[in-house]
Order: sequence, then structure tokens, then C-alpha cells
Amino acid sequence: MNKSVERLYNGIVKENPTFVLMLGMCPTLAVTTSAINGAGMGLTTTVILVLSNMMISALRKVIPDRVRIPAYIVIVATFVTVVQFLLQAYIPTLNDALGIYIPLIVVNCIILGRAESYASKNGVILSMFDGIGMGLGFTVGLTLIGIFRELLGNGTIFNCSVMPSVYEPITIFVLAPGAFFVLAFLVAVQNRVRNKKAKGGGQPVPSCGSDCASCGSLGSCSGHLFTTAKKEESAVGKETKDASGASGKSEE
Amino acid sequence: MSNLLNVSNSPHVRDKRTTSSIMADVLIALLPASLFGIYNFGARAAVILLISTLSAVFFEGLYQKLMGQKVTITDCSAAVTGLLLGMNLSHTVPMWMPVLGSAFAIIIVKQLFGGLGQNFMNPALAARCFLMISFAGQMTSFTYDGVTGATPLSYVKSGDLSGISVKEMFLGNIAGTIGETCVWALLLGAAYLVIRGVIQLRIPVTYIVTVVIMVTLFGGHGVDLTYIAAHVCGGGLILGAFFMATDYVSSPITVKGQYVYAVLLGILTAVFRLFGGTAEGVSYSIIICNLLVPLIEKVTMPTPFGMGGKKYE
Repeated sequence: MNKSVERLYNGIVKENPTFVLMLGMCPTLAVTTSAINGAGMGLTTTVILVLSNMMISALRKVIPDRVRIPAYIVIVATFVTVVQFLLQAYIPTLNDALGIYIPLIVVNCIILGRAESYASKNGVILSMFDGIGMGLGFTVGLTLIGIFRELLGNGTIFNCSVMPSVYEPITIFVLAPGAFFVLAFLVAVQNRVRNKKAKGGGQPVPSCGSDCASCGSLGSCSGHLFTTAKKEESAVGKETKDASGASGKSEE
Repeated sequence: MSNLLNVSNSPHVRDKRTTSSIMADVLIALLPASLFGIYNFGARAAVILLISTLSAVFFEGLYQKLMGQKVTITDCSAAVTGLLLGMNLSHTVPMWMPVLGSAFAIIIVKQLFGGLGQNFMNPALAARCFLMISFAGQMTSFTYDGVTGATPLSYVKSGDLSGISVKEMFLGNIAGTIGETCVWALLLGAAYLVIRGVIQLRIPVTYIVTVVIMVTLFGGHGVDLTYIAAHVCGGGLILGAFFMATDYVSSPITVKGQYVYAVLLGILTAVFRLFGGTAEGVSYSIIICNLLVPLIEKVTMPTPFGMGGKKYE
């Protein structure tokens, strides 16, 4: 049970896909024009992420290694189609607002990334919690961006007017440039909080989430050596558990 | 930059000029146009200019203080940015707008990228575009003599040339932003900068000539002097070409690159004005070309003496 909670914490805070891993930037920047759109997109992705993580995890011994990516995509696409039909039937307004970005969830790198680095190497239950954690992390990120953009660009939050009537909406925030401003600002704030915590608590958190095994910039990363050194120092520490869990090594 | 004893690499060029003296020169050069704008549009224009200048200086100081950096508001660069922003606003905008614009220009465009010398685009223009996108209505409503009037460029856009008088445009008796209307005052300031050696004529002249060629070729009026004059003097072209396209930080340093940059500016401005949705396009084309500057510099880097060239057997 403890491990499942750890997965949730990992997805929502430690490796938040929006603010830490910087994954799924396309929907993040495009659909967060309002808080409700952000939340809708996040929750839709969460549902698909949980389902596809469970399915891929269940089939991980069956899928041949060479064709695993096409196999994952077929699984994800199936769930996306199902969810899109459900949205069209029951929440048509959200479906219209999100438009092309719902079919595009198929190629969302968070889903494929979790399938590749976690679900394909871990059990069904843990993969489910990983999906829930990552999905909620994505939802939190998108909703936050949506709240700020809607507040500044429209004067409302979840369609409720919160700003005084003299407030003149800064329209640029609901347009594309505003997404970049808000995302950059939120990432800066969370980096600051993280760095402060790291300074105080003693253990610095590398911005990549210490996922060194599947990291592309291994050579140019300065945090890499440090993390390995730490790992060797405390072989049974919690840090190791987190790091190897993130890099997808099964501990069973 | 203005340290008395300075250890640096060669070439060891001695010059009395400092950042502050150059910025002060620019401020002096902007004075005639600002004063005429105040005379033209009344006391409200003065208040807008004052607010935008002071708030730019204030935000620069505030940011540097909060970040624990050396406060460099005395080098006047923030004042130049603020004044230019104010000159790019209509005198009818609400008072908070220049403050918001200055905050955006100084904090987001200038300081977050490393302060003076590191900003990748002209802060004043970036702020103008920010305000333009956000508050299109207030930013493009111009009044002159208490009457809401169209700028010469909007006459041109609507195809009605009868409302344009070349003389009035030169004298500045037209609707527009505070600083862009009076051509003679702007040229006076530009002449001061050229004589003082602060700017070279390369960029502005190439820019304006390119715009003239483009609107003659594609404007659909042929060689109609009123039409061409409206394009040159009726909008922000003079202000943009002499004072903002020549910004040291965001324009190319190579001579060839400056020509390329100016031609690109001219083409973009004409395309925006002739085929775009809005009447004006100077500010957008300058900030877009600012983004292209690193590439322009890369392809126009001059060959040092003794390098390259043909090899003789």
C-alpha cells in the first residue's frame, strides 16, 4: 500500500509531468485557455492514462519487445476513441472546447512515456496508481495554468466572476503567448520552492526527477554524477527506491 | 561598463562615451518629438509620458533591488525604454496602461533575459505589442483636437486618400500615438543622433527606402506621392526606423547584416500594412526582425584579414 501512495506522490509532486518533466506541452499550452478546459483535458488524459497503463501492464509479458511501441499506440488509441465517444455523448460542450486535442491524446508523450518506463515493467495495481498519480499531476498542472490564464485574461475562475468590475481583462493571457508566460512563471515559482526546500532539507532534487537511466542528456547533465554517488552511499535509502522506481527497474 | 580602470582584451579603443552618455543622447533626441506630442495632444500626453518613463525606471530599480543586483537606473536605459513606450501609446489610454506596459517591458522582456545588453528584442516595442494584443480597442483609438480621427494609415487602408495632407503629416497635425506624428521633430532628433555618432544612417535609410519601393510596387497606386508619403510619414515608420530599429542591443552588429536586417524590416512592414489585418505594422516587424538578428549575424560574419579568400598555388 505504501508503494501505491509513493506512486501517487511521485506523479503529483515529485515528477509532476507539467512542471518537472515538461511532458505533454502541446495540450498544456493549447487547451488551458480556461480552468474548466484545463481540468477537463487533465481528467480525460487521467482516465486514458490509468486504463492504458493497466492494459499495457497486464499485457507486458505478451507484447514482443520489438513491436512494443506500435502495440502501445494501438492500446492507447482504443481507449482514446472510447473516451472521445463518451465525451461526445455526455459532455458535448467539453468535447467541442477541446476539439482536436482529444484525438491527439494518442500521441501524448506522458501516456507513451509512462507505458514505456513504468507500466511495461511493473504490476497492474502499481501501474494503475502510477497512472492516477501522473494523471492527477497533469490535471493539477493544467488546471493551475488554466486558472491563471482565465483569471488574468478573462477576469473569471471556472466561469465565476472574481475580479472587481474595474479590472480590464488582459486578453493576451487567453491567447497563445499567455500560455508561455503563465507556464514559465509557474515553473519558476515551483523551482524556487523546490530549491529552497533542497537547501533547507539537504537533499537537492535534480530538475529531471533523477531519472538518469532513461535520460537523454546523460553526458551533459551535472546532477548525474551526484545522484549516482548518492545512490552508492545509501544503497537501501528511500532515495534509491524512488530513483529506481522512476527509472522503471522492477524491484520485485 | 563605466569603470575608470578596466582590464580587457584588445582592441584597446579609448572613448569617452559610456552607456549613460549614449542613452542621455537618445533621451535628448526624443525630446523634440515628445514636446511636440505634448503640445499637440495636451497635458494628458505629458502625464502618459511621465508615468511610463518613471514606472520603467521604478521597475528596473525594484527588480534589481529585489534580485540583489547592482541598481543601474542611472544609466538612463530604462528611462529611454519608458519614454519610447509612452511615445508609442495614444494619449487617450487609461493611466494604468503605461505602468503595465513598463512592467512588462522592463521585467519580462529586459531583466528576465539578463538586463541591458541581453534583451533579445526591443523592450518598448514588445510592451507595445503586448498592450496592442491585450487591449486592441484602447490602443488603436486615436483622437486629434478632441475628435476621434483616423490616422493617415487607416485612410490608406480604407482606400480613401482624400483625407491625407502631406503638409499636415510633416508638421504633425494628425491623429496617432504621442510620439509618432510629428515628422520634422523626429527628424531633428534623428539628425542630432547622427551628428553625435550614436546611430548610423544605414538601417533607417535602407528601411525607409525598402518600404517606399515595396508600397510603390505592391500598393496598387503606382508612383502616387501622396500615397507614398502617407506610408512614410503617416504612421510609426520614422519613429521606428530612427529610434527603435537602431537599438544597439537588438540590431545586428555586422555592416552587411544591418542592410539585410533593414531590408527585411521594410519588406515585413509593407507586407503587414498592405496585406495584413491592421493598418500599422512597424512594431510587429521590428520585434520579428529582432528575433532574426542572431541568424543574420551568423550568415554575415565578416572574414578577418588574412583568412578565407582564394588560395594561390
